[in-house]
Amino acid sequence: MKINERFYPLVATLAVLALLYGYGIFEHRAFSDTYVLGALLTDNAFLIITAVGMTFVILSGGIDLSVGSMIAFVGVLMAELVTGFGMHPVLAAVISIIVGSAFGAVMGVLIAKFDIQPFIITLAGMFFLRGMCFLINLDSVPIDHSFVSEFSGFKIPLPGRGWLTASAVLMILTVIGGIIIAHYTRFGRNVYAIGGDRQSAELLGTPVHATIIRVYALSGFFSALSGVVFAFYTASAYPLAAVGVELDAIAAVVIGGTLLTGGMGFVIGTFFGGIIMGVIQTLIAFDGSLNSWWTKIMIGALLFGFIVLQRLITRSFSGMRAGAS
Amino acid sequence: MAQATQPQQTGKTVLSVRGAGKFFPGVKALQDVDFDLHEGEIHALLGENGAGKSTLIKVITGVHPRDAGSVTLNGEEIHPNHPGDAQALGISTVFQEVNLIPTLSVAENLMLERQTRKFGLIAWKKTDEDAKAALEILGLDIDIHRPLGSYSVAIQQLVAIARAVALDARVLILDEPTASLDAEEIKSLFRIMRDLKAKGLGIVFVTHFLDQVYAVTDRITVLRNGELVGTFVTKELEQIDLINHMLGHELAEVSAHRHQDEGNYTGPKREIQVKNLGKKRVLEPVSLDLQAGEIVGLAGLLGSGRTELSELIFGTQRADSGLVFMDGEPVMLRSPRHAIRAGFGLCPEDRKQDGIVAELSVRENIMLALQGRKGWLRPIPRAEQQQLADKMIKALGIATPDSEKPVGQLSGGNQQKVILARWLVSKPLLLILDEPTRGIDVGAHADIIKLIKELCDEGLALLVASSELDEIVAFADRVAVMRDREKVSELTGAEITQENIIEAIAR
Ligand SMILES: Nc1ncnc2c1ncn2[C@@H]1O[C@H](COP(=O)(O)OP(=O)(O)OP(=O)(O)O)[C@@H](O)[C@H]1O
Ligand SMILES: [Mg+2]
Repeated sequence: MKINERFYPLVATLAVLALLYGYGIFEHRAFSDTYVLGALLTDNAFLIITAVGMTFVILSGGIDLSVGSMIAFVGVLMAELVTGFGMHPVLAAVISIIVGSAFGAVMGVLIAKFDIQPFIITLAGMFFLRGMCFLINLDSVPIDHSFVSEFSGFKIPLPGRGWLTASAVLMILTVIGGIIIAHYTRFGRNVYAIGGDRQSAELLGTPVHATIIRVYALSGFFSALSGVVFAFYTASAYPLAAVGVELDAIAAVVIGGTLLTGGMGFVIGTFFGGIIMGVIQTLIAFDGSLNSWWTKIMIGALLFGFIVLQRLITRSFSGMRAGAS
Repeated sequence: MAQATQPQQTGKTVLSVRGAGKFFPGVKALQDVDFDLHEGEIHALLGENGAGKSTLIKVITGVHPRDAGSVTLNGEEIHPNHPGDAQALGISTVFQEVNLIPTLSVAENLMLERQTRKFGLIAWKKTDEDAKAALEILGLDIDIHRPLGSYSVAIQQLVAIARAVALDARVLILDEPTASLDAEEIKSLFRIMRDLKAKGLGIVFVTHFLDQVYAVTDRITVLRNGELVGTFVTKELEQIDLINHMLGHELAEVSAHRHQDEGNYTGPKREIQVKNLGKKRVLEPVSLDLQAGEIVGLAGLLGSGRTELSELIFGTQRADSGLVFMDGEPVMLRSPRHAIRAGFGLCPEDRKQDGIVAELSVRENIMLALQGRKGWLRPIPRAEQQQLADKMIKALGIATPDSEKPVGQLSGGNQQKVILARWLVSKPLLLILDEPTRGIDVGAHADIIKLIKELCDEGLALLVASSELDEIVAFADRVAVMRDREKVSELTGAEITQENIIEAIAR
């Protein structure tokens, strides 16, 4: 039996990852060490967590531009709650995540009920949240608390010289959670259905509005969680943090093989997509002679490649109509 | 198998509509319509294109909010806000056109919103088993993990039916479910409908095939221009009266077999030769000659290669062997664009996917092919567009308040007429029609056949793929019969009879 065409993009993603990683190992002996792997997982944790939320949004046929600002906003809010109000960081994190999810849900309501372009609503959300950061705090502030240092001190050793940090562990749990939501819940399947053909999904009895609202709430949740991880990881808050992360997240989703028009893709692909972006960055850092902007150029090229691939796959869809059995 | 063919006039009313009204800007789609569905009956809902059949169904199932009237289910008034509500109440519906998700697998389409869950999570194994079982009822054996979009329209339609039937419902509504099915599949659908009827379900059945109405239904409700004409017992209503009720006048007699009155085309002889056109795993090489002024029918079962041959000639799919010659010169057919430039036209089978541009107006949709052929740098003057569009709206009886209405808002059959009009105005040298009259009512059927014949007299060569044999017999000069992705025989003149075609298909 030949492999299901829905997996083609995922296979391509894995091939790219294997190629890049293989190249890294071939060029730099140190690349094969688990130290690099651990660093990859940690450094890209917050990006991948956001991208998992973005995967749902894109699968549903939408876009969420507010996630970068959300990360910064959550950081600033947490700093305020912890240093200003003397709150425990965990409580502050819970509050921030609730606020983030609620904000996402409100955007979802506007998008679903008033049928406004997600691009516009989330663009407004992006400006709004970034502005809110400055309202709370103009400067970069440290988040000082023993829990935060414990968080960054937490390490699970890997075989070799590497280790898993708390950020990495949280990220892996998020990815697993995302996979379960996407593939093992009705909500998840409805997201795919709506992205595939919204009108038909409605006629099939899917609660379209409720699902869209939950999609943006979920994206709010994941980006707020990512903000928490980012704040703990950097032990500080900065109103201009994570500028442009929304675009990185979209890139990770697309490189992970999710169809930009919605309806097809995998959460695990997004994980690999994020890792690929990290590997490119690491490779360029290892090389030393290249300007770090090469990362962007490489990612741009990859994006092109994947979008063309998607095009071919959607086109082959009608071409290969196998006909009767 | 229990076959309760006796109409059960005594059955309790399960679904009752009173005074239903629905108004769209400029259109009274429904006005003061009453409709009663009994338990254990199959009830035909009939009417011309645009009569309001689909609208009535959408009002019942909550797709459209109703502007007037009431709907009661088992004596209780219901107010579904969307089809999901109606499903939960026990009204299962197959809407007109295939309304499934092409990017999801067959199994997922069947089980969407009804997957078996354990601890809140979907149990895929059980869900897939249920999906398989749902398909088995229709005798459909396909890979349920492939994306739905990779299957033909007919299979997609069957999947949609399987989904509706699998739901444990009290009312089953089928809006033109048979439009893309072949005879065998229709038979198994009818078997299932009779089974469900014996179990006490009320079934609403919309179709334009009157023989199917008489084969399977107990009662008939006719709509015309959004109003109720009446409800009748099928056995007591003559077909001729039924047609009069639907059209509001008598049907113009369609002239007999074309091959008896051929030869009206007197222009220069032009010839299109298809030589060994084929593609691996899609179609065995086929050769076929077409002359200007000639209608060639393409007969064969579903999946016999009819659609594939049309697509290869038109360049939608690229052939890997063979060539098409026009007047002895080979034609480049690498894409539909080339084909259109060469003077070919294809009116596709799946209008939702490949045909209409829902947001564009009727006029714009009609002008697309002609404009495409002329090239976008030479726009057709607005007045000329208007004139052509109006002519077509009149000739084909397209039910629309004006030519500026977005095509997406027309009824299914009227959308089909718009696509047909698009290719007819472009005056191609070769026009390929894949199931041209699907979903078109009896009245318009006759108009279309008349128009097609006129065009042929003006020098058009026509290739018509159709699963309606009587249609092929009625107007083809020659019939190519396809089987198993191969051309198996060619019939001409007096050989063209339904019996001969069936024999060629079955041999
Ligand atoms: N969404 C809509 N907006 C505007 N007008 C509409 C809309 N839906 C249907 N109509 C109009 O309502 C009328 C009835 O359409 P309907 O789809 O019910 O016809 P039908 O009887 O199902 O015809 P067919 O046999 O072609 O499917 C048509 O004139 C159509 O143009
Ligand atoms: Mg209809």
